[in-house]
Amino acid sequence: MERFDVVIIGGGPAGMAAALGARESGASVAILERDDRLGGILNQCIHNGFGLHYFGEELTGPEYAKRFRDQVTKDGGIKVFLEAMVLSLTEDRLVRAISPTAGLLEIEAGSVVLAMGCRERSAGAIALAGTRPAGIYTAGMAQRLSNIDGYLVGKEVVILGSGDIGLIMARRMTSEGAKVKLVAEIMPFSSGLKRNIVQCLNDYDIPLRYSTTVTRVAGEGRLVGVYVAPVDDKMVPDLSREEYIPCDTLLLSVGLIPENDLLNGSKVEMSRVTSGAVVDEYRQTSVPGVFSAGNVLHVHDLVDNVSEEAFVAGRSAAGFARGELSGGDTVNVLPSQGVRYALPQRIHKGEGKIKIYFRVDKVYQGRTVVVKCGEEVIRKKKTLVMAPGEMQNIEIDASLVTGDVSIYTEE
Amino acid sequence: MERFDVIVIGGGVVGTAVLRSLAAYKAKVLLLEKSSDVATGASRANSGIVHAGYDAETGTKKAYFNVKGAAMFPSLTRELHVPYRMVGSLVAAKEGGLPAIKALYERGVNNGVKVEIIEREKIEALEPNIAPDIKYALYAPEAGVVSPYKLTIAQADHAVVNGAEIRLEEKVVGISESAGGYLVVTDKAEYHASYVVNAAGAGAVEINALLGESTPEMKHAVGDYYILDSKAAGVVNTVVFPLPDEKGKGILVAPTADGNVILGPTSRVVPHDEAEINAVTREGLALVREGVGKLIPKVDMRSVIRVYAGTRTAVGGDFIIEESCKFKNYFMLLGICSPGLTSAPAIGEYVAEKVSAALHLQKKEAMRPLPPRFRLTEASDEDIKAKIALDPSYGRIVCRCEKVTEGEILSAIHSPLPAHTVDAVKRRVRAGMGRCQGGFCRPRVMEILSRELSIPLSEVRLGDKGSEIAPYEVKDGYGKI
Repeated sequence: MERFDVVIIGGGPAGMAAALGARESGASVAILERDDRLGGILNQCIHNGFGLHYFGEELTGPEYAKRFRDQVTKDGGIKVFLEAMVLSLTEDRLVRAISPTAGLLEIEAGSVVLAMGCRERSAGAIALAGTRPAGIYTAGMAQRLSNIDGYLVGKEVVILGSGDIGLIMARRMTSEGAKVKLVAEIMPFSSGLKRNIVQCLNDYDIPLRYSTTVTRVAGEGRLVGVYVAPVDDKMVPDLSREEYIPCDTLLLSVGLIPENDLLNGSKVEMSRVTSGAVVDEYRQTSVPGVFSAGNVLHVHDLVDNVSEEAFVAGRSAAGFARGELSGGDTVNVLPSQGVRYALPQRIHKGEGKIKIYFRVDKVYQGRTVVVKCGEEVIRKKKTLVMAPGEMQNIEIDASLVTGDVSIYTEE
Repeated sequence: MERFDVIVIGGGVVGTAVLRSLAAYKAKVLLLEKSSDVATGASRANSGIVHAGYDAETGTKKAYFNVKGAAMFPSLTRELHVPYRMVGSLVAAKEGGLPAIKALYERGVNNGVKVEIIEREKIEALEPNIAPDIKYALYAPEAGVVSPYKLTIAQADHAVVNGAEIRLEEKVVGISESAGGYLVVTDKAEYHASYVVNAAGAGAVEINALLGESTPEMKHAVGDYYILDSKAAGVVNTVVFPLPDEKGKGILVAPTADGNVILGPTSRVVPHDEAEINAVTREGLALVREGVGKLIPKVDMRSVIRVYAGTRTAVGGDFIIEESCKFKNYFMLLGICSPGLTSAPAIGEYVAEKVSAALHLQKKEAMRPLPPRFRLTEASDEDIKAKIALDPSYGRIVCRCEKVTEGEILSAIHSPLPAHTVDAVKRRVRAGMGRCQGGFCRPRVMEILSRELSIPLSEVRLGDKGSEIAPYEVKDGYGKI
């Protein structure tokens, strides 16, 4: 049986950054990647906009992935298993995987970083009514078919949901000559980035209707049209105002779900809000030696943040494997008043700065973000606009933390 | 013109059961199916229940074939490697429902079915999550769950292994009497058959009409279903029904043979021309949720991974399983609605006996067995290692949710009745049936189909003609990276 200090499950942006973080700390590192190349979903994201924060320049997804891949594979110091799918992970960190070249693999890990990414919510998960023809795709599936395989899924398109991949695919399909007739968003705001709404919809005169949903689909072999209707504030559609839109394609961009199936039945404490693990500032889960980073922990909107977070997780995992990760008491980070979740959910008292990521529950203008410990305000930050689609962060001083911390917004 | 002893029209669970039973005889038999695969109509979209047999009125064909069929399932599914579990069923009733339960009990006894009336304590032992106001239940320990499409496919494969032929995407457009038999014309060819079996399900009326045979009025009822993620398994252990009403057996909650949970169906009558459309309705789904809440309120609707609709076709109150009075050697299987799945194996045997008697067919000495499919999730470590050493494609996971390997997909594409669409692959090996619903694996399954069938990716279909998934090439030179 092979043994590595740090075993990283997933070779996308999170896995690669975690590997570099662990390697920099002197650990022996293995990445288990289920695809036949490193890079994860970045490989199909041929648009630009990646790396503005991390590299200070604008890259495409494959370019961003290549920068990391080059470093990961530079000197052979990081063992990469490709087409290796992890089947199970035990509490004492025995990793069982399968691959066509290695067969059944068993690896002993000093520590594990979970970096499996996320999946898209499907038509089934939203209980889409109507028939079951070809022509209904998650936006990411359509993206893969066009950008990896070179085939376009359709010509007349309606998109349900305004997640970033949906917005990107609106522009991508338009550039291929398809007509995007409507983007329907059930919420009164978008879950996508503002810049994507401007650059992918507004610049191409693609209409975006808020508080609107697809009520059913029609067509037998191939989709022939969808029905849309406005929804009330409880998201119940007004069927008397149902409108039929002929189209051959429905793309769904209705949410991303951290892919934590490997943890089913495990002792890792999960968050019902993020669907990822509950972690501390090292991105360590409630099971010692098991770390989590990237979209498997919580869904990010910028890969730059994924890289940053995963680098920390990898470095910490290496520290754990050496027995050097500082433990000690943690306090809770508790979101309230406008903050939907904050991460890490637990932090250690001590030295240095801790960056808390958070998302708000709706669009806020000119609010102040407050971090309070007991009755004491330990950080305040004024903001112009905060939207649910854009992850926020605020840095606090760990030395000011004496007990549970609350984070909220105020006028 | 090709000549066959028997032509079976329709590749549902009944048609393939007939075909498989006929394959036990020394005869040239052919099954014609208009769709791209078998099990694409009612046999795909139903509850997947092996009914114990207390429901059908004593003395009916339904009761006879149900009880006979149910008894065949344990050995049949073992022989054909089809997922089946004898989980038992409950008909759950509130205070005041005891007389109805007693009536079902008596019918069960009369039909020769093992049944028992149980009360709260025993119900809770079987179903800890049962609704608090359920007081009585009819317990039928020998009811079960089966994968209806896998049974249909396995029957088809077994028939093919034993020399039967199946032609997909051939729609019968004419039947006429000819030279002591029938001329069967399809949209692709003409055949002569000494005997014809109409097992066309909802389309049986059209087949009868081609020949000039009349069909009693058919009633089509669409039902909506939810499927829950395997993570939700455990919320229910047996098949839990409410008390039946005039519309049918009601909205059930049950584990599936493949480890999911199924909720449904509703019953919405549709005209004949909508019988094969199978559209889910929002109202129907709301009724399912309401019905489920009355039985197992703990069901977590956030674990839904799929909704679908299926149609059952009835003619009057009973099955019609008989040779035409007007046309000799023309056999009709009409209105095989619930418990049609349970009855199918027994119907198959019955029809094959009738046909063999009419044509004086000899039985073969033995049937060749259907080889089992390799299934990663069911194999031992030793078997997995050996399989990968022999063929590395069995180490390449394509469907991550259901852990389906490329090797399994290849074996489906090259099985006795080959799968040549994405849905046909899905029904055989479960690629795309998990929680991401093919979000990741569908393009890879398409790539494998494209490679194995030597067709461009743009021609790979979800199911029937016109269901190409990615029909156009990108124009701007992006492409393979």
